Amino acid sequence: MTDSVWEVFRQEDEGDAMTHAGSVRAPDAELALHYAREFYGRRQESTRLWVVPREAINELDDPDWLKPPFDRSYKRPGGYLIKHKLEAAKARAEESP
Amino acid sequence: MDDSERADSFYARVAAGGKVEADDWMPDPYRAAILKFVEMHANSELMGVLPEREWILRAPTLRRKLALTSKVQDEVGHAQLLYRVAEDLGKPREQMLQDLLDGKTKFHNVFHYPTESWADVGIIAWLVDAAAIVSQQALRDSSYAPYARTMKKICWEESVHIMHGRDVVLTLMNGTDRQRALVQNALDRWWGPLMQMHGPPTDPARDKDLLWRIKSKGNEQLRQEFLSIYVPRIRELGLRIPDPELRYDDGAGRWHYSEPDWDELRSVVTGHGPRSQERLEFRRVNRALTQWVRDAIIGRAAAAA
Ligand SMILES: [Fe+2]
Ligand SMILES: [Fe+2]
Repeated sequence: MTDSVWEVFRQEDEGDAMTHAGSVRAPDAELALHYAREFYGRRQESTRLWVVPREAINELDDPDWLKPPFDRSYKRPGGYLIKHKLEAAKARAEESP
Repeated sequence: MDDSERADSFYARVAAGGKVEADDWMPDPYRAAILKFVEMHANSELMGVLPEREWILRAPTLRRKLALTSKVQDEVGHAQLLYRVAEDLGKPREQMLQDLLDGKTKFHNVFHYPTESWADVGIIAWLVDAAAIVSQQALRDSSYAPYARTMKKICWEESVHIMHGRDVVLTLMNGTDRQRALVQNALDRWWGPLMQMHGPPTDPARDKDLLWRIKSKGNEQLRQEFLSIYVPRIRELGLRIPDPELRYDDGAGRWHYSEPDWDELRSVVTGHGPRSQERLEFRRVNRALTQWVRDAIIGRAAAAA
């Protein structure tokens, strides 16, 4: 069997991110696109499809790299709790113009 | 960590809601269980189109013919998506098809029965698909993530099938006495298989598929959910459900019903249903007749290589 696995990505509306939809098995990219169209586009639910040979995907899922156990909150907006500081600063601004 | 410790921590993780991807390490019993589950599901989608296919040429209008053809295409598509999921667990698709045709693997009981009138098409698309969607919705939480993701897409398509079936039934129920009688007759024949479809209640403490969260709801819970939604919808049309015992028990908070015929279920799914052998034979002949297509596709790839 010379079939191989192709990962399928679809874009729902123009401008949306390409999201992983699933996979198909096909002997070449052209047929992979035909299958992808049948499985992920026959209800007009996609504006664009990508097929990518599965071997082309390089994966990283090592938690030591992706979820290290250190506090990374300073990298996120939610890591800055400013409500009370803002109130205090405003109060001081009113006290001493 | 040795393999048994590794397995213990794996089972603890899936029991707590953890997700497994195709390339993740998994214990052999888990792999075997998920493969068996998905393979049976794929077989059922593939065989499930045959009863409905019989009606494509006899559909009463062009729109119905298009809708039914589209449903049949969807179900074959579901089979393809599910065989894809199963293949990644290590069993080649050709082997799965061969085992199905050889009667070594099973498909759902409801697809072993004959269809007798156009009303059957409505009852199948409405109620068989409804009973299936109740369990498929619960499978969107499966611990095996590729299966759970596929189930989201499948459920979305199934909801169209149910509307198509309900529309067929409603049209007949608004028709002549003869048309209404056809629906009642179809319901009378399909009710038994529908009640058997989710399988006998299992002991949740011993059901591995539940413990490992391959599925998230037990057989009886699924049947109860199906009854809660669909009994009122069937009765409001003036249809009679052919089970004198069927009633909601307020005290127990559950539906009470006549014991489904579990012997019939066992006999049917092991290939002794009224249409089991005929449908498998159709698939065998069909597979032989379409071999040239597969040869052409493989030949094309070989020529390009
Ligand atoms: Fe389906
Ligand atoms: Fe369906």
